[in-house]
Amino acid sequence: MSSQTEIVPDSIPALNKMFRFQWEKAQDCYVLLYPEGMIQLNGPAGEILALVDGQRNVSEITALLQAKFADAGDISADIIDFLGDAHEQHWITL
Amino acid sequence: MSNTGSPCNGQPTQPNLGAVESTKTHGKPLWLLAELTYKCPLQCPYCSNPLDFADFAGELTTQEWLDVFQQGRDLGAVQLGFSGGEPLVRQDLIQLIGGAHEMGYYTNLITSGVGLNERKMAEFHQAGLDHIQVSFQASDESVNSMLSGSEKAFQQKLKMAREVKAQGYPMVLNFVTHRHNIDRIDRIIELCVELEADYVELATCQYYGWAYENVEQLLPTRAQLERAERITNEYREKLAAAGNPIKLIFVTPDYYEERPKRCMNGWGEVFLTVTPDGKALPCHSARMLPIEFPNVREMTLQQIWDDSPGFNHFRGLDWMKEPCRSCDEREKDLGGCHCQAYMLTGDAHNADPVCGKSPHHDLIVQARENAEHVVNNPEQFVYRNEKNSRIIAKG
Ligand SMILES: C[S@@+](CC[C@H](N)C(=O)[O-])C[C@H]1O[C@@H](n2cnc3c(N)ncnc32)[C@H](O)[C@@H]1O
Ligand code: SF4
Ligand code: SF4
Repeated sequence: MSSQTEIVPDSIPALNKMFRFQWEKAQDCYVLLYPEGMIQLNGPAGEILALVDGQRNVSEITALLQAKFADAGDISADIIDFLGDAHEQHWITL
Repeated sequence: MSNTGSPCNGQPTQPNLGAVESTKTHGKPLWLLAELTYKCPLQCPYCSNPLDFADFAGELTTQEWLDVFQQGRDLGAVQLGFSGGEPLVRQDLIQLIGGAHEMGYYTNLITSGVGLNERKMAEFHQAGLDHIQVSFQASDESVNSMLSGSEKAFQQKLKMAREVKAQGYPMVLNFVTHRHNIDRIDRIIELCVELEADYVELATCQYYGWAYENVEQLLPTRAQLERAERITNEYREKLAAAGNPIKLIFVTPDYYEERPKRCMNGWGEVFLTVTPDGKALPCHSARMLPIEFPNVREMTLQQIWDDSPGFNHFRGLDWMKEPCRSCDEREKDLGGCHCQAYMLTGDAHNADPVCGKSPHHDLIVQARENAEHVVNNPEQFVYRNEKNSRIIAKG
């Protein structure tokens, strides 16, 4: 929508407290819960948001994921893209 | 937001409904609506509760509710709504919230705000309540008093809505709209912006329960609706341009459509309501249908969901009669609302008369024409209270 804030390696994303993030066994995925609704996250989106805690910055998140998915090649651009989308959707604040 | 809505207005959330199968396979309930009690201090003439609510005694106990919540969670339910009646009437609400929170539910309190105070709200937060939805009857105090039957309700609602935000909860404000309040839609939206709502449900009245009894005094004209929708769209643009994240949800007014809406995104597909006395329903209004619905005191939720004849009744397409049976749109709307078909035609298996292909569609057309001539007169309202419920139930 309005906010076009740029995501940089130093940005520290935090989950918007209007949402609750959790693992749902029945859906077999991470979900975002909000009043009377649920967003099911795909694998990568879930993995990224699981590391968003209002403390780690984007480079730390990237390093952790890069280590966890060593075979995936360079994923830093994908992470920044996703966080940009998530910010536009108001899922995270910066 | 593509997938929000209230469990209470026929427009449920539909998280993973990519495919509602036309065979009798079905998903798991994602949404559990707990109608904790039929007691309520207000008397809205549009209330969707059953007309004969006063007849159903024997509310589920705290332990019985917690048991139902756990069974629902085990089936995969993730959203839990506390509704009613007025859920705040239940003295054990905090225990129910706490229990549900521990089970991992996202917990929603759906309330008129009457009976709430700052201390309770803070305790609920501590117990794990995730969200509060406050309903208003109107944007101005006098209309609100007239509709709710309470002089004090409006100020109380304002105070509680402010407190909900002050305590950091996400907030939904709900306005059921009809011919007595819809012309103030601009004021309704401004009030919601002022109160910092996160979501606003402009819930076009659905005509069942008390609302059907009062349909004449409630149904707006087409011009009223179109104006309201246009103004809502203008506000949407204005608010988005100003960077305001508030979401305005305009529930579509089906009496003015030519095709019906699906019943609860598919009967027995995502939604499960439990009434105060333990009846399990695929839709909160289904109690009126001449169908045997199971009680959670007699069966497990899993048996109810998978095997009970009540929940299987309208699954799939085999139950359909003409014109639905051979209609090429049947998978889209699944024949519409069965309660509406039942109320208007006497047979729940008929097409929802909202549909232009229904042989009973003239009933809807008549209601629309009638709306052009009705004179607003609140004295004609039959208010939702125990006395009226007893009178109506006796016939
Ligand atoms: C039945 S009420 C119970 C909770 C509480 N007493 C209240 O009114 O908020 C649940 C929700 O349904 C809405 N509602 C009631 N009757 C309705 C109708 N006929 N059509 C659409 N929504 C309705 C209410 O405004 C409320 O948000
Ligand atoms: S009468 Fe009004 S406040 Fe009471 S349950 Fe019905 S809609 Fe809610
Ligand atoms: S005839 Fe039945 S299936 Fe076809 S559009 Fe109308 S309600 Fe839907």
